Amino acid sequence: MKKLLSIFAVVAFAFSAHAGTLDDVKNRGFLKCGVTTGLAGFAAPDDSGEWAGLDADMCRAVAVAVFGDRSKVEFITTTGKSRFPTLASGEVDMLARNTTWTISRDVNLGFEFVGVNFYDGQGFMVPSALGVSSATELDGATVCIQTGTTTELNLADFFRLNGISYEALPIETNDEGKENLFAGRCDVYTTDASGLSSTRAAASNPDKWKVLPEIISKEPLGPLVRHGDHQWGDVVRWSLNAMIIAEELGVTSENVDAQMSSNVPEVLRLLGVEGNYGEMLELSNDWAYQIIKQIGNYSESYEANVGPDTPLEIARGLNALWTQGGILYAPPFR
Amino acid sequence: MRSNLGFFSDEKFRSIFFQTLVVGLFALGLLFVISTTSYNLEKRNIATGWSFLQNPAGFDISFSPFIEFKSTDTHLKVYFVGVLNTLLVSVTGCIAATILGFILGIIRLSSNWLLSRLVYVYVEFSRNVPLLLQIILWYSILIQLPRVKQSLQFLDVFYISNRGLYSPRPIFESGFSYVSIAIVLALISSFLINRWAKKRQDNTGQQFPVFSSSIGLIFIIPLILFFILGSPLSFEHPELKGFNFKGGLVIRPEFIAMFLALSIYTAAFISEIVRAGIMSVSKGQREASAAIGLKQTWIMRLIIIPQALRVIVPPLTSQYLNLTKNSSLGIAVGYADLVHGFGGISLNQTGQAIECMAIVMATYLSISLTISFFMNIYNRSIQFKEK
Repeated sequence: MKKLLSIFAVVAFAFSAHAGTLDDVKNRGFLKCGVTTGLAGFAAPDDSGEWAGLDADMCRAVAVAVFGDRSKVEFITTTGKSRFPTLASGEVDMLARNTTWTISRDVNLGFEFVGVNFYDGQGFMVPSALGVSSATELDGATVCIQTGTTTELNLADFFRLNGISYEALPIETNDEGKENLFAGRCDVYTTDASGLSSTRAAASNPDKWKVLPEIISKEPLGPLVRHGDHQWGDVVRWSLNAMIIAEELGVTSENVDAQMSSNVPEVLRLLGVEGNYGEMLELSNDWAYQIIKQIGNYSESYEANVGPDTPLEIARGLNALWTQGGILYAPPFR
Repeated sequence: MRSNLGFFSDEKFRSIFFQTLVVGLFALGLLFVISTTSYNLEKRNIATGWSFLQNPAGFDISFSPFIEFKSTDTHLKVYFVGVLNTLLVSVTGCIAATILGFILGIIRLSSNWLLSRLVYVYVEFSRNVPLLLQIILWYSILIQLPRVKQSLQFLDVFYISNRGLYSPRPIFESGFSYVSIAIVLALISSFLINRWAKKRQDNTGQQFPVFSSSIGLIFIIPLILFFILGSPLSFEHPELKGFNFKGGLVIRPEFIAMFLALSIYTAAFISEIVRAGIMSVSKGQREASAAIGLKQTWIMRLIIIPQALRVIVPPLTSQYLNLTKNSSLGIAVGYADLVHGFGGISLNQTGQAIECMAIVMATYLSISLTISFFMNIYNRSIQFKEK
């Protein structure tokens, strides 16, 4: 019996074994990236039907690192609930889907968060007409909440801690939350503050909605991959880090060609002029150059998608570089 | 060679051989699935086991009319809340669908052209539009009702808004238990009277006013007792305080949408089953009973329906099963049933998909088998008894 089982295990292995996600992606010819069903600024189809946003850029950056081509991505939409099974089953190679890094997801669910591409926190949005100025005044309110998220747990904790009651209205997607809030089925919508800004920006009259000052949780959002495939984890991790380091070094998509002859050693290492860091990752040596050339550095992606000049109007805040008062920090490129 | 073939051409051997082969392959396939799954779970460091059931859920469920639920309660309690909510919408849905289905089935056969056409249109519409769309349609209509601050008001005590239907909640004070006891006793005695009256009618042909005497027992006597005891019943009225109504009974739009969609959808099927059942009773039966001078209503109640039931009950059982299983679509509108709470939120928070899904499936299976069991007993009791 024991022997039979082990034979099965070997057969099962043959079915499930990957030569490694990186090789799979290379053989397939494109990257499969799990994103939201649509959250403006993070991942949503733009006017021309192209996926755009901070998370979409993350997917493209990885595609550029592997193929040198930003179009070699298939975006696969996932809900708050379907995202983990989708990644675990191998249906996508990575998730870039406003997913909060928590211990249980990192350890118990068998995933690996490779970094943080947006530091967020949970907030509340109410109609301005409701006359509420603080979340502690929400006693008895009906709260729209996306199920299967960390926000659901934070919400229960927040109300319990403040000794006030609420009624949860569970919803599946951001659109459903929007619909229920605008129809008045719930008084408050709670999700990550960035998500609220995105929802507010999409409203027909944004001034009618107000985001309350309380931020009730830490929500470090970042890309994640399956646990155990370190090579692939490294590719995704350093694609993100390369964008952050590029900002730190002042390398942008505009000046990247000129920077090839820079006299700063780390710039030369980043762009593949010196050293063989690409080879270590089993990528071409100009992988980071291509990311910066085709996508831009972190700041460029931020300003284009969620920054103060976009409808979302989110200031850099925590997401500024560590040298500029934020906590965005990448390990050295050497 | 020849003897081998001869062995194989033996029908009995062949059937045993193939049956063993099929069962063996099935068992092997099952073993393969199980071992692959456990191997892959282990490889990906995904936790397994049942201990998560005892962990605190951490989230809240607002719709739990039977037991109180707090975020510190366990996932096991999430499961029980889900089962109760699933049963609530299934049982009320089955009752409503049966009543509506019988009425519509009979109207469909009516000689009134307009009525029977109307029912025809209704049946064709609700049978042929996917249930999920109907649920979402009802929900979209319900959340377009006035907002809570502009609630529609009826008789000063009922309020309707897109947060649901609020009504006064009865509060039973001491002494009300006597009234309940009186009602129970009255129910038992009217049942006994009914049996006695039937026996007497069979033996002597004399009739007894069972209906009016039962009404008297069940309503009048407890009512008199109620006033003698000084009306031990009061009502808590819903009141608009802050964001919502406080107090009173509330029926949520999520429940109403599920209830309406499930019962209206299933009633369409039941009405067709009832129609088929009635039409299966031969015309001669109706003519013969008319010939001996029975009233129209009696013909239906005493002659047609008992014979039609034999045809109606088996497919009716499968409609009950369908309705119960369809209640799992509650997830579309956030109705906190078993699939939504335990099979959705708990699954997602703990990540133990296989365990959660296994429990949910086993639960639906048990509910369905229980319904089948009781419907089969009922079916046997109405079958034609040969003497």
